[in-house]
Amino acid sequence: MNESAIIKLENISKSFGNVSALANITMQVNDHEVLGLIGDNGAGKSTLIKIIAGVHAPDSGEILVRDQAQKKWDVNIARAHGIETVYQDRALAEQQTITRNIFMGRERGGFLGFLDLKKENEEANELMRSIGFTSRVFAADSQVFTLSGGERQGVAIARALYFKAKLIILDEPTTALSLTESEKVFHFVRQAKEGGASAVFISHNIYHTYDISDRFVVLDRGRVVLETDKTKITANELVKSLQDIARSGHAA
Amino acid sequence: MSVSENAPQPVVLPSRQSDSPLTKFIRGNRRPISALVFFVVLIACFTAANPRLFTNPQIYNAVFVSLPISIILVVPLVFIVTAGEIDLSFPSVVGICAWAFAAGTRANWNPFLCVAAALLVGVISGLVNGLLVTRVRLSSLVATLGMNFLLRGMIHIGNQGYGISVTQLRDTPFSNFFIGDINGFPVQMIWGTLFAAIGWLLFSRHRFGAQIAVIGDNRDSAKEMGINVERVKTMAYVYMGIAAAVAGVFSTLINSTFYPTTGDGYLLAVLAAVFVGGTPTWGGVGTVVGGVIGAFIVGFIETGIIASGLTGYYTQFFYGLIIILSLISHRFNQGRYRY
Repeated sequence: MNESAIIKLENISKSFGNVSALANITMQVNDHEVLGLIGDNGAGKSTLIKIIAGVHAPDSGEILVRDQAQKKWDVNIARAHGIETVYQDRALAEQQTITRNIFMGRERGGFLGFLDLKKENEEANELMRSIGFTSRVFAADSQVFTLSGGERQGVAIARALYFKAKLIILDEPTTALSLTESEKVFHFVRQAKEGGASAVFISHNIYHTYDISDRFVVLDRGRVVLETDKTKITANELVKSLQDIARSGHAA
Repeated sequence: MSVSENAPQPVVLPSRQSDSPLTKFIRGNRRPISALVFFVVLIACFTAANPRLFTNPQIYNAVFVSLPISIILVVPLVFIVTAGEIDLSFPSVVGICAWAFAAGTRANWNPFLCVAAALLVGVISGLVNGLLVTRVRLSSLVATLGMNFLLRGMIHIGNQGYGISVTQLRDTPFSNFFIGDINGFPVQMIWGTLFAAIGWLLFSRHRFGAQIAVIGDNRDSAKEMGINVERVKTMAYVYMGIAAAVAGVFSTLINSTFYPTTGDGYLLAVLAAVFVGGTPTWGGVGTVVGGVIGAFIVGFIETGIIASGLTGYYTQFFYGLIIILSLISHRFNQGRYRY
């Protein structure tokens, strides 16, 4: 199991006030794999990915990148290691342009922090066109609130793509998307994997997750309750074990 | 239910060519353009009411004497409002910086050292405001309102109602450099314009402005994308403090006196200028150029009303009416987003 891990979490715990969101989580994401992160609402999926992305700091435990323990961990460090996140709410600033959203937090500052707007726009245009998340012609200086849900997801993914991610975390990337748009997301994940990247995929749709993933980690109330390879479990077995986990939770 | 393995073909789209540069420019600058149109209409109305006065350059020069102070204050306030916050303390920061400048002058310091003292006080005040809002997490509305009283109170305690005269600076090279005139045109207008130009660059062409807009638009996203929300907001308050110091120095030089009430009169005028200029109240978007035009509109209202032959009793009524009318005119620009 210890084959080349991009990121490894050891005994990560996180509480919000009295509520324990994660308790002693140990898991890893390997090279060239899509990891399906599964769990009910409130299982701790979002907290976990926000810790990997550097948004939340864990209360205890260790984060290792390529077996190097990280003393400091925040969004900018995570991004510097090639970890990009596509958030459930897409984390877009709707009144801003596509360009500004793609470069959010990593503006292409030239002389004294002044922006190279021309270059930013050109690159954003190029990126949006290559992704093809829309059948409509639009410019990178369009404001995000004028876009459809699929197009917005395209912007969020383009942002992850632009910075040559080594690990892409996708939190419910197909929610509220049409079938065609969802397919584009799956295609994008496969492409990223072929290109040598890894992904963490989160979806309420177990079959989607099963199809796209190589390995699964199941969370239940802040703990890892199941960790298995796709070769060792069928989709139906996975669903059944999830039902068992849910039932045991209700009994408790 | 299974996901198809047939990869959808990425669509290669032609680049957009439908819009002319002019259309793009107008669409991207709706707010300041609408403010400018409103200003032109306003001046046209005043000119119709009193043609002799409003075709005389003197009336403009008279307004331009103190207008730069509003311009200097409105620029950073656009940043703060765009970031989704507010600052109501700047009138007292203007006052306390002016006090620092005047006290230094009375002690016969080099004038530039006095300016440095005012700037230092401004930076510290801005820092305190910023930390109260971002670290202590107070509402900016209430925290800066409190700071406005607190700082004004300090001025009153320290001066016991007395002003400080700085007449010794009058007609010195220092004074002429900042508030002299060129054929009647007040030099401070050039400084105000320069300050606004730098503000525009920071807002529209710099990382600082981009991050301010993103924070006001969606604070959580900004955080998730690694923007240090607290630091950027604090920087906006420090910027406001610097502007208040500059405004305080200009005000003291123009009046040759520091009054304990210095700055007080600018609260509503500058706030109104931000919104009259087209910056909306909800954050995420703003316009520095619009704010400057807003300062022009507000600056000419009072002069215009008096010149139109109405008595001073009408001033406040028309003041309010003009502000509301200009906000209604901006409504038409914002139809596509947030009613």
